[in-house]
Amino acid sequence: MPERETGSSASTAPVIQLRGVHKIYRTGEIEVHALQGVSMDVKRGEFVAVMGPSGSGKSTMMNIIGCLDRLSGGTYILDGIDVSTMSRNELADTRNQKIGFVFQAFNLIPRTSALANVELPMVYAGVSPAERTARARAALEGVGLAEKEHSFPNQLSGGQQQRVALARAIASNPAIILADEPTGALDSKTAEEIMGMFQKLNRERGITIVLVTHEPDVALHAKRLVRFKDGLIQEDRAITPQDDIMTLLHPLEVHS
Amino acid sequence: MRFLDIQKMAVHALGKNKIQTALTMLGIVIGVSAVIAMVSLGQGAQKLVQDQVAGMGTNVLQVQGGGGWNSGGGARQGNDQQSLTEGDVDAITKEVPTVKLVTPIAQAQGQFVFGNQNWQSRVEGSNEHYLEIRGLKIDQGDFFTALDVQTARRVVVLGKTIADNLFQGSEAVGQTIRIRNLPYQVIGVLAPKGQSANGQDQDDIAIMPYTTVQKKMTNSAIPRINRITVSAIGAQATGAAKDQITELLRERHSIRPGQPEDFRVNNLTEVAEAAEATTRVMTLLLGSIAAVSLLVGGIGIMNIMLVSVTERTREIGIRMAIGSRGSYIRMQFLAESVILCMLGGMIGVLVGIGLSLAIARVMGWPSFVSPQAASIAFAFSAATGVFFGYYPAHKAASLDPIEALRYE
Repeated sequence: MPERETGSSASTAPVIQLRGVHKIYRTGEIEVHALQGVSMDVKRGEFVAVMGPSGSGKSTMMNIIGCLDRLSGGTYILDGIDVSTMSRNELADTRNQKIGFVFQAFNLIPRTSALANVELPMVYAGVSPAERTARARAALEGVGLAEKEHSFPNQLSGGQQQRVALARAIASNPAIILADEPTGALDSKTAEEIMGMFQKLNRERGITIVLVTHEPDVALHAKRLVRFKDGLIQEDRAITPQDDIMTLLHPLEVHS
Repeated sequence: MRFLDIQKMAVHALGKNKIQTALTMLGIVIGVSAVIAMVSLGQGAQKLVQDQVAGMGTNVLQVQGGGGWNSGGGARQGNDQQSLTEGDVDAITKEVPTVKLVTPIAQAQGQFVFGNQNWQSRVEGSNEHYLEIRGLKIDQGDFFTALDVQTARRVVVLGKTIADNLFQGSEAVGQTIRIRNLPYQVIGVLAPKGQSANGQDQDDIAIMPYTTVQKKMTNSAIPRINRITVSAIGAQATGAAKDQITELLRERHSIRPGQPEDFRVNNLTEVAEAAEATTRVMTLLLGSIAAVSLLVGGIGIMNIMLVSVTERTREIGIRMAIGSRGSYIRMQFLAESVILCMLGGMIGVLVGIGLSLAIARVMGWPSFVSPQAASIAFAFSAATGVFFGYYPAHKAASLDPIEALRYE
């Protein structure tokens, strides 16, 4: 895979740079302050697991990082580009070029071949048919599904579907892969396979991965843990070989 | 995003749900074919009327003798109904400024005999202006002259049907035929006109000088004029010519104000225009009714597209998440409805043409397919696709990606 264009930013500059990010939802009279000033950096090549109970703001965080939602306050710089003030269309283009999504429910387009699914982001990017087919084939081969390119999602197992989704995410060379509970719908053996694939992509290709999960055994595959609670970061630390499921289940005792 | 990719995507999406696509399209097919068939039907009728008008000659008026209800046929009429005279013809020629040409018409019928062939037909006696007034042409030979009329020569110009039946393809001009046991020289054959709208053979007629008809073919002592055919100087002049002729003849026939006329002036242009207007209104009416079905088809498209947007909410969310702009989603859905309508329109055009031809055949009319109706109906079907597809497409494009992704 070719070296990604990083613009003017040096390779050491963070891919994700969040500064004092606020998100407020208004439903009628009620205001929900989902993020209350979050600051966080993710460097190139990191593999971050985002954890936290429901309502902690981790889903909101993931929508913001994924450029699906706009901030109420603060700044977000993704791969050297300030996305905090972008329009809907600019956000769409940014998602297209910078982010590869992997969802819990796979989210492949139904009754559409695996190859066409992987090609789709590049269709929106305006890549020529010959080039996008070649890149999609390479990506499918990368996830070990070269023979399944003409299969429809309903002809594939859950694990295979998630691998197609992974191929779709990496085919357009994004700055980050954003995975939202990618193993939530899979049995533990397949989940292990998929997580192994994430690890391999991170290790061998240096792809930056942000993984949202509430399962410690999944988070264990990452190299860094960011835990959310009540719209703020509660814990942010490296995951070491000494960590296990139990140590990830609850935040470490904070001194003072 | 490339334009072609949007089309491909739309076609792919339509292909996923073939039955739904076909049923939705059916509404447009019916609408378009109905518009074409109805308008073609109406325009076919209009064309018939126009042909009839052309058959009567341009700017033609007819003065009918005999109290306005004398049909002037070959049957013997009472003398009291023979109100038109040669003096009337001269007076109209000289005194009515809006009149261009005038011919008296004396009618008769007879058995035409040549060798062992014979044929029963009508004879119209006229002067030398007949061809020009009626807009007819000579195919072979010549028409008779003013001198022939003056001298009541026994010459005859045959319609194609008579010529074909008597001479069986051999040369007619120069031959002598017998009508009511008198020899007549064939001096010309008329160019064929075909059938009139009511199925009458317009070529089954012979023309000769009216003087000849009066002297040789009618038994009446008084020279009979069944009617006077007049051509006005222009289309606008026909109304004035009618009034002037009426006024002149009332005076000449000494009819006091308030008394009914013993003649009737028919402005054929007026009649034709009225008939044409009627068929035009009919065409419009039929077309409008058919257009309603196209409208209903369009509403069907909108309905299905709205259902489709709801059904595919999650798909729209996925597309947006992986980087589709709202406008691409809008274009895709719009392309789906436009392609649906255009495809339906194309099939509708073919069905409509087939239907028009079938109807024309059943009615025994000359088949006529309105190219305007076909192109307008097709364009309208495409416009229907845009118009009724826009709202669902816009709705799809306005979805929030987060909400759409969460949709079950």
